[in-house]
Amino acid sequence: MSMNTQGRISRPHPDNDAPDGAPATFTGNRALMLEEPLIFERDGEGVTGVDFDELPEVTSCLGGLERRRPIGLPGLTEPEAVRHYTRLSRQNYGIDLGLFPLGSCTMKHNPRLNERMARLPGFADVHPLQPIDTVQGALALIDLVGHWLVTLTGMHAVAMSPKAGAHGELCGLLAIRAALEARGDARSVVLVPESAHGTNPATAAFCGYAVESIPATQGGRVDLGALKARLGPDVAAVMITNPNTCGLFEPDMIAIGEAVHTAGGLVYCDGANFNAIVGRVRPGDLGVDAMHINLHKTFSTPHGGGGPGSGPVVFSEALAPFAPLPFVEKQGERFVLVEEETAAQAGHGGAFGRMTAFHGQMGMFTRAAAYMLSHGADGLRQVAEDAVLSANYVLRSLEDVLEAPFAGSGPCMHEALFSDAGFAEGFSTLDVAKGLIDEGFHPMTMYFPLVVHGAMLIEPTETESKAALDQFVGALRSVAERAKTGDSALKAAPVYAPRRRLDETLAARKPVLTYREPSLPAAAE
Amino acid sequence: MRYLPLTEADRGFMLARVGASSVDELFTDVPEAARLAGPVEGLPCHASELAVERQLSMLARRNTVAGEVPFFLGCGAYRHHVPASVDHLIQRGEFLTSYTPYQPEIAQGTLQALFEFQTQVARLYGCEVANASLYDGSTACWEAISMARRITRRKKVVLSAGLHPHYVEVARTMARFNGEKLETALPELTPGAPGDDGAALLDVIDSETSCVVVQYPNILGHVFDLGELAARAQSKGALLIAVVTEPVALGALRSPGEMGADIVVGEGQGLGVGLQFGGPYVGLFATREKYVRQMPGRLAGETVDAEGKRGFVLTLSTREQHIRREKATSNICTNSGLCALAFTIHLSLLGEAGLRKLAALNHARAVQTAERLARVPGVKLLNGPFFNEFTVRLPKDARLVVRAMAERGVLGGVSLGRLYPRADGLARGLVVTASETTTPEDVEALGTALEEALA
Repeated sequence: MSMNTQGRISRPHPDNDAPDGAPATFTGNRALMLEEPLIFERDGEGVTGVDFDELPEVTSCLGGLERRRPIGLPGLTEPEAVRHYTRLSRQNYGIDLGLFPLGSCTMKHNPRLNERMARLPGFADVHPLQPIDTVQGALALIDLVGHWLVTLTGMHAVAMSPKAGAHGELCGLLAIRAALEARGDARSVVLVPESAHGTNPATAAFCGYAVESIPATQGGRVDLGALKARLGPDVAAVMITNPNTCGLFEPDMIAIGEAVHTAGGLVYCDGANFNAIVGRVRPGDLGVDAMHINLHKTFSTPHGGGGPGSGPVVFSEALAPFAPLPFVEKQGERFVLVEEETAAQAGHGGAFGRMTAFHGQMGMFTRAAAYMLSHGADGLRQVAEDAVLSANYVLRSLEDVLEAPFAGSGPCMHEALFSDAGFAEGFSTLDVAKGLIDEGFHPMTMYFPLVVHGAMLIEPTETESKAALDQFVGALRSVAERAKTGDSALKAAPVYAPRRRLDETLAARKPVLTYREPSLPAAAE
Repeated sequence: MRYLPLTEADRGFMLARVGASSVDELFTDVPEAARLAGPVEGLPCHASELAVERQLSMLARRNTVAGEVPFFLGCGAYRHHVPASVDHLIQRGEFLTSYTPYQPEIAQGTLQALFEFQTQVARLYGCEVANASLYDGSTACWEAISMARRITRRKKVVLSAGLHPHYVEVARTMARFNGEKLETALPELTPGAPGDDGAALLDVIDSETSCVVVQYPNILGHVFDLGELAARAQSKGALLIAVVTEPVALGALRSPGEMGADIVVGEGQGLGVGLQFGGPYVGLFATREKYVRQMPGRLAGETVDAEGKRGFVLTLSTREQHIRREKATSNICTNSGLCALAFTIHLSLLGEAGLRKLAALNHARAVQTAERLARVPGVKLLNGPFFNEFTVRLPKDARLVVRAMAERGVLGGVSLGRLYPRADGLARGLVVTASETTTPEDVEALGTALEEALA
């Protein structure tokens, strides 16, 4: 089919009709639903939206390496840029628009105070290598967030530099490996429950460990017996997500920790779901040695369409000496940054190394600090309670229409898990997800965790009103009924979104990852 | 509490639906020994928006703001003027509060912007393909080393002495656990070509070498042709990885891809993203199309929907952790999406014409700054060619000089003692960076402060 450069069909076509049979438009637009070409498809050559001061005359010192060939970067004037990216934004769903029940991802409201605080020039316009005496407030802020994290988790120390959750996992496992090597006991295996996030086994492998899977019980928890049977002198660590990805607390957590420690291993806790227990449970009381905290999940920093995240790691006393550089330390009334230069003097010669340039996601620390101070210790406890209550409310409001494989084993934590059992032949979790899009909701997490067939993992979070929860429950009931009765129209969903179902197979079979002008060869040629 | 919509009446109703008499009953899976009876001790209670603003503003005021003083720091983080519309657009809720685009039908905004980002990065770097971003330049550098190992199945890694020392430390940390054999050296303050170890690198590339990693411009601001190094690496079956910490430089300089680099990675912060005391930043990653299945991170790709309309999706995810688990090319999940968006918007506003002007202005200000400092008694400019960053040798320890200038209200550069604390031979080196934000008054203030600090 022929398409014009704006991604719309170049002539009216029966398939392009609106779902109610309304005619196609000349532009391909549908009122507020506006099509938008790529910047490369506009006539942006020579255009710029930025004015500059006059260029002073100097003798160039570029050593003969001046660019000679065109780069191929079109420009937009400011009004065009504002319109282009505003139009694109309107093709996105966000938590600002409605309930976003993506299980295990925790899409809660992002307070705008956080944004204002992160943009204070004293935080936003400060260079990471400024003299220490000119950044005392920034170091105090990092220390403040670190203090809250250590206190809320009941742990001993914190590494603030990891850039996101998976980077925090890497940090935690490297500390574990450094600690084991320091006692002359390197070990080679990391045990990961089969319900774990994919980042867990990927991280362990990245650290040079062999990864072995631990089965789950019928009740969706770690099989303590199987775990104990596998423990031995080759097991470096066990990575446990708690609350786990089935939305359940691991009731044997203390016993797991004792067994692992007895066998000489260490316990890594994936803290992705800490938001369910913050203020009610301290992981330090559960025998955890290292745990990352996704600031964007528990402490409301925005997800930004895929980051930036921030993944500080809290450590037990055993692992604290191995935490990476740099870190902030208070010496009297002055904050200092302990870096490679000063680590040994600061009694921290065991640091396993450095995770990243500079000191971590400062812009996320300021946002998290605003959220922590706003809620306080009392409010954070209420956060966990409302998140868990909302998830249980969703679970009990839907268990008569959707199969909830673990509902019999008691309350869930912050997320409700359902399977695709009972759907009509040929109908799947994917169809339910796409049906929810038409109902105006972002779908739940699909096909994860892997231990449940056609998994639908729903995390409403604490920032939804009861009215919003009721509307979501009503919508999901309706869509689930359609999947169970085999309503063929559901297979066509979504019909009201900016795009219908997209061909992911085609995208992977013939990858087109950059724009190429129809008449020009590849940019690099 | 202003962020929690449930009322007491709602909670009562919901508890009844759930069949619990209190919320405590929902936490009975928690071992009794670990249940806290009340709020965590040692932390304050909730606070109003105004109170929080007061407390955090107080901390912010204790920092010297780069934009309020003559400012000359770089070394991996660069201060540029970001147009107001960039920050406005990335704060649109549909961008700010969306997730990784797993449901493409309602995430075309993010996906199309990422496709534009990938195209811009590939073109800027002179490569065929780019990914949808990594955390920052230092981790992107490590990911490139790791990718070279997968491609060449070799473990010897040669790091140029001109590579940012933090990037070296990250690589060293990971190599310690991954078994790569790193070869690296400290940079030398060679007049005319500080940190240039190209000749030495040519000698150590052999048939065991996985990759050679060079920074361009290097940590001391020196720029050099990568062509010979690329050719030598490739003749030995190794890859050339080029690291670019200042994207604006490529508005004036030939791209590493054009000179033959196989993987080009770097820090994108200089476009669209402020200094932010070191993060969040945005890692850029580009390479040859034939290596695409070994790339780390997310990729946005073009496809069509059920009506034949063009659309975009995340693709080639069989490389990634959520599908491949322990066999993934990287453990990365969340990357730096919003910073990538800021980069793209800034670069779209600039366009090629604006980027070239911006780069020319940066270079001109740096040349003026270098000329002024060269007139300070006892100060020697070490660079021959440079872009917007250069190194001077001072008659005394640069750490002391930087502190003395800071006391005079001038942030006058990065001392090499800060970056290489154990290298006495580098202690007198000062790296100075200028940009379009530098005024002639700033340059004069720096010259005067340096003269006073050395007096």
